[in-house]
Amino acid sequence: MKHTKSSILLLFALLISSNSAFQSDELLADDEEFGLEGGRSPDIDVAVPSSPQIASRSYSSPQPTRKRSADSESDSRVQFVLEHAFGDSSEFSAAGTFTARLKSSAHGGQTLTKLRFSRNDLTATDKEKFKKLLETDDYYRIRLPSDVLNAPGRDYVISSVKARCLAKDGLDEHIHIHMEGVNILAVNYGSSGACQYPRQLKLPAKWSFNSHTVLKYSDLAPRTPIFSEDIGGNEIGDDEGIKPMVERSFWAKYWMYLVPLGLIVMNAVTQGMNMPEEQAGGQAGAQTQQAVGAVPRGQGAAVRRR
Amino acid sequence: MGSDGKKREGKTDQPSLEFSDPPPPFSLLIAMAMAIKLSLILLFFSSSLIPTFSLFEDQVGLMDWHQRYIGKVKHAVFHTQKAGWKRVVVSTEENVIASLDLRRGEIFWRHVLGANDVVDKIDIALGKYVITLSSEGSILRAWNLPDGQMVWESFLSGSMSSKALLTVPANLKVDLDSPIFVYSGACIHAISSIDGEYLWKKDFASEGSVDVHQLILPGGSDVVHAVGVTDSSQFDTYEIHVKNGGLLKHTSASFPGGIYGEILPISGDRFVVLDASRSVLVLITIENGQIHLEQTHISDLIHGSSGNTVILPSKLSGIFSLRTDNGIVFIKVTGEGKLNVMERVDKTVVISDALPHSEGEQAFALVQHGDGKIELSVRLVHDMSSNHLKETVKMDHERGFVHKIFINNYVRTDRSHGFRALIVMEDHSLLLLQQGEIVWTRDDGLASVIDVATSELPVEKIGVSVAKVEHSLFEWLKGHILKLKGTLMLATPDEVAAIQKIRLQSSEKSKMTRDHNGFRRLLILLTRAGKLYALHTGDGRIVWSTLLQSLRTTSQQCAGLKLHQWQVPHHHALDNNPSVLVVGRCGLSLSSPSALSIVDAYTGKELQNMGPVQHSTVQVISLPFRDSSEQQLHLLIDADKRAHLYPTTPEAANIFQRESENVYWYSVESEAGILRGYGVKKSHSSDTPPSEYCFETRNLWSVVFPSESEKIIATVTRKPNEVVHTQAKMIADEDVMYKYISKNMLFVATVSPKASGPIGSATPDESVLVVYLVDTVTGRILHRMTHLGSQGPVHAVLSENWVVYHYFNLRAHRYEMSVLEIYDQSRAENKDVLKLIVGKHNLTTPVSSYSRPEVTTKSQSYFFTHSVKAISVTSTAKGITSKHLLIGTIGDQVLALDKRFVDPRRSLNPTQAEKEEGLLPLTDALPIIPQSYVTHSFKVEGLRGIETVPAKLESTSLVFAYGVDLFYTRIAPSRTYDSLTEDFNYALLLLTILALVVAIFVTWVLSERKDLQDKWR
Repeated sequence: MKHTKSSILLLFALLISSNSAFQSDELLADDEEFGLEGGRSPDIDVAVPSSPQIASRSYSSPQPTRKRSADSESDSRVQFVLEHAFGDSSEFSAAGTFTARLKSSAHGGQTLTKLRFSRNDLTATDKEKFKKLLETDDYYRIRLPSDVLNAPGRDYVISSVKARCLAKDGLDEHIHIHMEGVNILAVNYGSSGACQYPRQLKLPAKWSFNSHTVLKYSDLAPRTPIFSEDIGGNEIGDDEGIKPMVERSFWAKYWMYLVPLGLIVMNAVTQGMNMPEEQAGGQAGAQTQQAVGAVPRGQGAAVRRR
Repeated sequence: MGSDGKKREGKTDQPSLEFSDPPPPFSLLIAMAMAIKLSLILLFFSSSLIPTFSLFEDQVGLMDWHQRYIGKVKHAVFHTQKAGWKRVVVSTEENVIASLDLRRGEIFWRHVLGANDVVDKIDIALGKYVITLSSEGSILRAWNLPDGQMVWESFLSGSMSSKALLTVPANLKVDLDSPIFVYSGACIHAISSIDGEYLWKKDFASEGSVDVHQLILPGGSDVVHAVGVTDSSQFDTYEIHVKNGGLLKHTSASFPGGIYGEILPISGDRFVVLDASRSVLVLITIENGQIHLEQTHISDLIHGSSGNTVILPSKLSGIFSLRTDNGIVFIKVTGEGKLNVMERVDKTVVISDALPHSEGEQAFALVQHGDGKIELSVRLVHDMSSNHLKETVKMDHERGFVHKIFINNYVRTDRSHGFRALIVMEDHSLLLLQQGEIVWTRDDGLASVIDVATSELPVEKIGVSVAKVEHSLFEWLKGHILKLKGTLMLATPDEVAAIQKIRLQSSEKSKMTRDHNGFRRLLILLTRAGKLYALHTGDGRIVWSTLLQSLRTTSQQCAGLKLHQWQVPHHHALDNNPSVLVVGRCGLSLSSPSALSIVDAYTGKELQNMGPVQHSTVQVISLPFRDSSEQQLHLLIDADKRAHLYPTTPEAANIFQRESENVYWYSVESEAGILRGYGVKKSHSSDTPPSEYCFETRNLWSVVFPSESEKIIATVTRKPNEVVHTQAKMIADEDVMYKYISKNMLFVATVSPKASGPIGSATPDESVLVVYLVDTVTGRILHRMTHLGSQGPVHAVLSENWVVYHYFNLRAHRYEMSVLEIYDQSRAENKDVLKLIVGKHNLTTPVSSYSRPEVTTKSQSYFFTHSVKAISVTSTAKGITSKHLLIGTIGDQVLALDKRFVDPRRSLNPTQAEKEEGLLPLTDALPIIPQSYVTHSFKVEGLRGIETVPAKLESTSLVFAYGVDLFYTRIAPSRTYDSLTEDFNYALLLLTILALVVAIFVTWVLSERKDLQDKWR
């Protein structure tokens, strides 16, 4: 009961914490340019006409395109391309586009918010390549520019995963992008759940990606506690110094002495009670031996005799 | 490196409890009859609870040793004027100045200047002060010769950086002062040698860009001559008055050819230098304030010499020596300025400076290296034809060539002049030769340990011959009789000495065989000189030493880099000796060829010498695979990111091919700020690799740190051989937390580029420290945390599931230590006992890096008073014993800090349950308990690293700290709970048992008798 409660709490906390960084990849009505949401595409054949459109967009992607009806001056829209490669031999090609809003904070830094991802559909050749990857248990690799504003920045940020890890029910992908301002530090790519070494070959039922994207920023380290000036320091001294001493009662302190003592006393008492009886019974010789022997037996005997 | 999914299976199946280190209190519900036994047990526990890391004064040296070194000697100044002080003052490449006893080679006193305080020159002034010039001539210090106390210190400021020259005139008095002249920072400084006071300063920066090469004080005059070169095409001489620094005369002569190397003084007014083409000798003569230049082609002097000519810096008056490709030539400068070739000697000859001998005679020494011996000859400058003295000294092969020689003369008992020579060998050892013998040697190569490995000792042979037994029986008897005599005070002094010797010999700790507790080991040390030493942990003696031939074969400068376990026989190849792999690099750049050699750990023999191999080595990876002869597979990554497999056997290639899919590694490009992960490319690629042991690699992931805001300053991984006993951690409210234990975890610390300088160079707002935990198989960032207003240097240690790192907090103006613990959430549901019994838990499932980890971290920071040089953690055989951090402090000591102090779960008011768990109340600073210095009273000068090795006894960990000094001890972080201490009273135990047995017997007899009486009644 306690565990379930705590785990619910934890889940809740996680939900809250991820909400701040996470933007749903849900399709929004007013964004007509992202009409095809990669993961939701029901018909795979549509992929062919859609890809040139995305490719053309990818040319313009290095420049941050300002949204026509910008909400404020500090907000502008930014696009960058996710590229993928199948195995070692193939080159990187555009796989989808991220769109985010560039937000300038008060002290000059820029951050990305409201990340959205639209994935291109896999073409027939892509599918062939992916199948081959699955057969050879090879890597499916993706890359992102390290600088969102001046793509590709210094270098591409690469991540790769065994293709068989992706192919479960559908193609399930989780993209965690670690950001520092407008720079992409790293991208963690993979599917959810376990993916143990002897991976079984399994072709996906649906040839469409179900994408989950998360933007991650750095946590701040907890501050070092300083006790020198605040009241905490005094309290500690008091608490640790005196309270435990007061708290412990006489019984708590000396029980280990009292219990044997009590037993001895009880033993002696029962013996004392036995003595007249035994004398009456004429078994004087046995009592010393019994006293030396096991205590509980002596006691039991006393009870029996009474 | 790592293999996905295979790493953590080992210890997963038993969710055992965290070991709490004080033994549990046992209940005392025992009645009278148990009292004796109880007291016995109490006695047992109390005697085993003697704390072991704070030791008593008389326990020093029982299980630790400390060795003091100085490093490779650069300069040596003899001081033998007074009969009582036979000593030599040396400065070394480890920035040590030391005074050594000439009779025994012991250190009288020693000072280790910091790593940045390089000693440029040393000399002796006034016969009582050692003068040192250091830090590119900016610090001048005087030390009292007898005891090494610092007398004064002067900081010399110059206008620009230049050479550092020091001239201490022998008998110069200027207004009751004996000045010292220093050229540094393009200025000549005159400093009083009595109190270090500034007398005057002459700045040469205003005189044009002159580069002074020599500072000479001709005897008797009161003028300082400075000889230098301007723009390497003009000779300049300056005459400066010693009293006020006034410039008396400046002469110059242009020499368009340019010069190579240094100007060497021949006599007071003559100098020699090579021109830029290294084919012409230029003799500079100063006559009547005029400079005369005289050029002589070297080919005219020496026939058939080629371009690599160098003037050797040995100062021999009237003579200089020239090294060409063919050998060394002595050239005499005659009074008319003629150059005469005197003699040719072999190229390997080493020449000392000239030494004023008797009646204006000058003598110098040369050493020639022969086969297993060296020839030392002393010659007089005026009479080069014959050797004044010639001695042949047997020399160990493992010391290599002679690198330097310093000579000194003394008066023999028959009033003739004798010479002693101090020689520095290739392995950085220091020897004193006198009367054709090696008087003493110092293995100062051990001051520059690069890497450490350990090896087990051979197993004790069980079969012993009868003769040996008889002999040992006799010895044993004799020894006992001696001991008996000793205890009865009947022994003569000789016998007392014999008893001592027997005690030392029979001392268990220095045996050359494996012991049950695993305390006796061989420490294998790779030094900068390319020599491998094996030290016995018992007493620190050198068991063997080898100058690695693979690092000496070529003319290039090869240096050892890394030491790896190559073969550790355990199961199959028990007949083989263990061996280590030494990886070196020939050349300075990363892409220079590498040298490999495999060395037997018992004998020190080089089993395999793979000279300079074609590929370079940037990284060495020990794979967790072994072949049938138990050789560890290694991958050497070259500069082109190709992987080379060793050993190069088909079997190894087979093993590797099978596992290559699961081999990963990473590289840290600190300059570019990029981490990259690699895997092995499948072999079906079109371009064939050069050999079947060479593999192409592919980039699997990369992490790019933004160059404008982050710079990598530290990366730390777990020790590959670390053992973790339990994956679960019991916390207070009977809850379990599962440690996230991955061998493939990398800790990375970055700072903002502005804050990468020394402390104080950046404001708190500019400096940000970011720490990362990265999975090196997938490049996943497991955790990322920012410390605002903090900066490096960062020292960190990663063990089990935690990292402890040390950095500077600019806002608090204090050093801090932070702890970061990482826990696995995906296993958190395994708390149900029922599930565990039924088997519905995921504890035995292997963990793959490709699964998305659900981790949670806990972190806490504490202030720490010291700055830190190195940080390490104890390691034990099974990982049960609690851990201590070993912190190399700025004072060159090693402090043991209980890991419980750096626990992120410490809170202000721990609950009763938490207290029982052993959680300490939160404090803001970490305590430094003086008793917990494992080095106790010793200092490991110039501490560079702390190595810990588990002993076979679970409670104990072997600690080896190295720097200029070496220190070894063993510590038991949770006390030696699994063994009795050495002073345990076995006699009392036996006596008690005996008494109990007797008591049982007596009571049994008594009770029998009573029974019998009862029955008769």
